[in-house]
Amino acid sequence: MARLSSKDQRRLNLTAGYVAMLVVVLIIGLPVWWMISGSLKSTQEIYTFPPQWIPRNPRWSNFWDAWQLAPFGRFYLNSIITTVGGSALEVANATLGAYALAFLRFPFKNVVFVTLLAALMIPSQVTILPNYVFFGSTVYNLIGESWVNTYQAIILPGASVAFGTFLLRQSFLGLPREVLDAAKVDGAGHLRTLWDVVLPMARPVIVTFGLISVVAKWNDYLWPLVITQTESMRTLTVGISSLYDLEGNTDWGLVMAATLFVIFPLLVIFIFVQRFIIEGLTSGATKG
Amino acid sequence: MVSTAPSAEVRSFRNQLAVRSSSRRPRWNDGKEWILFILFMLPNFVLFGLFTFWPMIENMRLSTQRWDLISPVRRSVGSANYRYLLENDTFHKVLFNTAYFTVAAVGLSLLLGLMVALLLNQPLKLRNGARAVVFAPTLLSGAAIGIVWSYIFDPRYGLVAEGLRWVSLSSPDWLNQPAWSMPAIIIVYVWKNMGFAAVIFLAGLQAIPRDLYDAARVDGANIWWRFRSVTIPMLSPIAFFLLITSILNTFQAFDIIRVMTQGGPVDSTNTLIYYVYEQGFVALNAGRSAAASFVLFGLMMIITLVQLRFAEQRVHYG
Repeated sequence: MARLSSKDQRRLNLTAGYVAMLVVVLIIGLPVWWMISGSLKSTQEIYTFPPQWIPRNPRWSNFWDAWQLAPFGRFYLNSIITTVGGSALEVANATLGAYALAFLRFPFKNVVFVTLLAALMIPSQVTILPNYVFFGSTVYNLIGESWVNTYQAIILPGASVAFGTFLLRQSFLGLPREVLDAAKVDGAGHLRTLWDVVLPMARPVIVTFGLISVVAKWNDYLWPLVITQTESMRTLTVGISSLYDLEGNTDWGLVMAATLFVIFPLLVIFIFVQRFIIEGLTSGATKG
Repeated sequence: MVSTAPSAEVRSFRNQLAVRSSSRRPRWNDGKEWILFILFMLPNFVLFGLFTFWPMIENMRLSTQRWDLISPVRRSVGSANYRYLLENDTFHKVLFNTAYFTVAAVGLSLLLGLMVALLLNQPLKLRNGARAVVFAPTLLSGAAIGIVWSYIFDPRYGLVAEGLRWVSLSSPDWLNQPAWSMPAIIIVYVWKNMGFAAVIFLAGLQAIPRDLYDAARVDGANIWWRFRSVTIPMLSPIAFFLLITSILNTFQAFDIIRVMTQGGPVDSTNTLIYYVYEQGFVALNAGRSAAASFVLFGLMMIITLVQLRFAEQRVHYG
């Protein structure tokens, strides 16, 4: 590079690079800023020409008023229960399945493998209707009560996992053999090896998968929309969209404040964990 | 990430199995290990059976019935639902919309993602921060983002209208005009998902060995020629992976459409996945919904098979 271009030209290139980077960050960041500034505006300020980038008198009471519009405390509780429950089951299933595939002998392992692959290819969107019918009528016929509008109905269809099983199996197979052999020499059985050796060593991958799972469950929308019927069972994503359906674009300030309730926890978590998630996703993609 | 060291991938699955099963057998005999295997796999397989495989079969049955999800009677109608879809104008429009959305959203996400990745591959300070900003929207709730963008697209008080005023243009009523609703949805989708492509492309760029560029430079290749002869071929496996993943993802894009336009106005944003939902849970027409979901599934299968076929030929860079 130095041979071809003078110092000035390199400085020019760098400046252009920084300008381009700033433009990209602004384009991605503006909508988020628009939401935050909107959430602090009164109705008059929303309707002011030209729009204010920074609200002149930030109206913090929007958040309190928005909190009153719908049972957000309950939405949070529902989202936390379904996210934690669903992700815990997913991680447990993936870990156990991955250990079995990586280290346990079984005559029909290929069949298990192919079945998991097949499950990976069936998108949940194709199964929502029959699953809804299952919780509504099949479960009703079996036990005398419908499971529509229950936590278990929100959680269970998303509790099985194929992608994570493959991801963790791959990483288990990459663990140093010597350590695993040492555990065996010490007389550790499979349960102890899984708990005391494999889990601690594979923790980064398991955490990454857990984070990806949590984000997906927190944002899940179609299934909770379909399977919940009363306001008290709605998750945050479904709750906010029904609120928007009702309120429409009458008071953007309040709606933006309410929307922040959904996005804020993820934005905060993201600041701490984005590195793990990005690393996890890219390591899967660039080697696949 | 130590635990996903590439060496694991180099060794083949079969070899691993052979080596492991012979050397790693502590106090467990085969029978006990089989039982443990089954126990470990059982929860996952029961759930898959109940909520993935059985529903597929049930869906097949539903797609040959006429049922409103409420009445105790399900009428068997053979292939009538599929024939209905084949002849129905709305469904044709839905297929067109799906193609329009997929091509535009995937094309733009990949193109912009690549450009951003090339930019962030330069030795700029703070580029990891920029990467985080670009990636952040992919993790946000589509339902919430859809609401935020409805405000942004507000024809009088929105951000886009304000931007257009700067250049003396008046804003269309994005979400209420059939010609503008789909572009609006595509803009939101690309804004939200471009970061995924950017991050994956960036990882791919950083995995390209520097000496390839040095060699090209020694051969007198200019920057454009280096891009064509080194970057593009080295990046093509990742681009292919991204293409497939992105197509499959756009087929499943539901929350943004549901929140922003509900498939309207006049079905201008009604895509396959939205149609499946609308027929099933709004129009209460289980048969048509199930039949449409098989069309969706068929398309996704075709894409996946294309991937499997080509992935085999392109495992290695080149």
